[in-house]
Amino acid sequence: MSEPSSTPQRVTNAALFVGFLKVGLSGFGGVLPFARRMLVEQRRWLTEQEFTEVLSLSQFLPGPNIVNASVIIGRRFQGPLGAILAPLGLMLMPLVIVLLLATAFAAFAEVEAVRGACRGISAAASGLVLAMAVRMAQPISRTTWQVTIGSIVFVAVGLARLPLVWVLVALVPVSLGFAWWRRE
Amino acid sequence: MISPALLDLALQFLVLSLLSIGGANAVIPEMHLRAVGIEHWMTDAEFSQMFALSQAAPGPNVLIVSLIGWKVAGIAGALVAMGAMCGPSSLLAYWVAHAWDRFRDAPLRIAIQRALVPVTVGLILASGYVLTRTNDHTWPAYAITGATLVAVLTTRLHPLWLLAAGAVLGALGVV
Repeated sequence: MSEPSSTPQRVTNAALFVGFLKVGLSGFGGVLPFARRMLVEQRRWLTEQEFTEVLSLSQFLPGPNIVNASVIIGRRFQGPLGAILAPLGLMLMPLVIVLLLATAFAAFAEVEAVRGACRGISAAASGLVLAMAVRMAQPISRTTWQVTIGSIVFVAVGLARLPLVWVLVALVPVSLGFAWWRRE
Repeated sequence: MISPALLDLALQFLVLSLLSIGGANAVIPEMHLRAVGIEHWMTDAEFSQMFALSQAAPGPNVLIVSLIGWKVAGIAGALVAMGAMCGPSSLLAYWVAHAWDRFRDAPLRIAIQRALVPVTVGLILASGYVLTRTNDHTWPAYAITGATLVAVLTTRLHPLWLLAAGAVLGALGVV
């Protein structure tokens, strides 16, 4: 692919670190939209198309999506060192903040209003995760084999609480078989 | 001298790293199973509180991992757990990224993507279910979960407002 684009060939290590540091700090309730804004709109390190490709690969691989994306982007511009600095920048501030929060929470854990607020956040956040599942299910809802695989995974992991390793070892090959057999 | 607790943390999350297809949210049931059920690192209520704190902080969902590590072995635990959770998957991403670009339109690549989507959907749905069962113990709590679900699907409200609404209702003693 050699489409004309204004994206740079090189981004310095320092720029990678600082860029992802800002993403980590701004990412309330999900980091991806902020990463897209920084990478595509503000700094123009990637085109929209390149960002989508990095994202789809990051989502397909195991591990936190945004961490995978930062590794891939860091590598693209600065090789191994970039692939280390970008995720470090991304995680540094959130890690510090969440540990400070946890320390503060421990000090006020006996205050009923604080515990209540925590329960309220958990309840709302559970709804966020459910909504994410519903959104992701929409594109596959018309394909019978995909709905079947998704349902079996849900029952096995969510209801039966079977160990994840065995569920994946058993079902990923079956799913691959269907995807290959039913390919267009 | 590396403490057994740190080693245990590292082992648990090194494995989870490679199983987390769809990100950290996809392995919440497995984290809960290991941290509360098998290892007895914390109670249900503590797991629930950590989930809340990780959501209230800026940054990716994977932050809950650092809180589990922190609970087990302090700051060192937080760093070890986070490193273990991100390490193997990052190495894989580093290694695969190059090859992946060259097979942009290969049928096998497209088949792998189509195969993993339903697995991810099933895992995230299981996470939502397990979180709801772990976090919600009263009908107002279930109502907040349900209202948040509906609000996300039908409005364009930023998720932070929904979390804030949950926090306020909780602090007022509703939940």
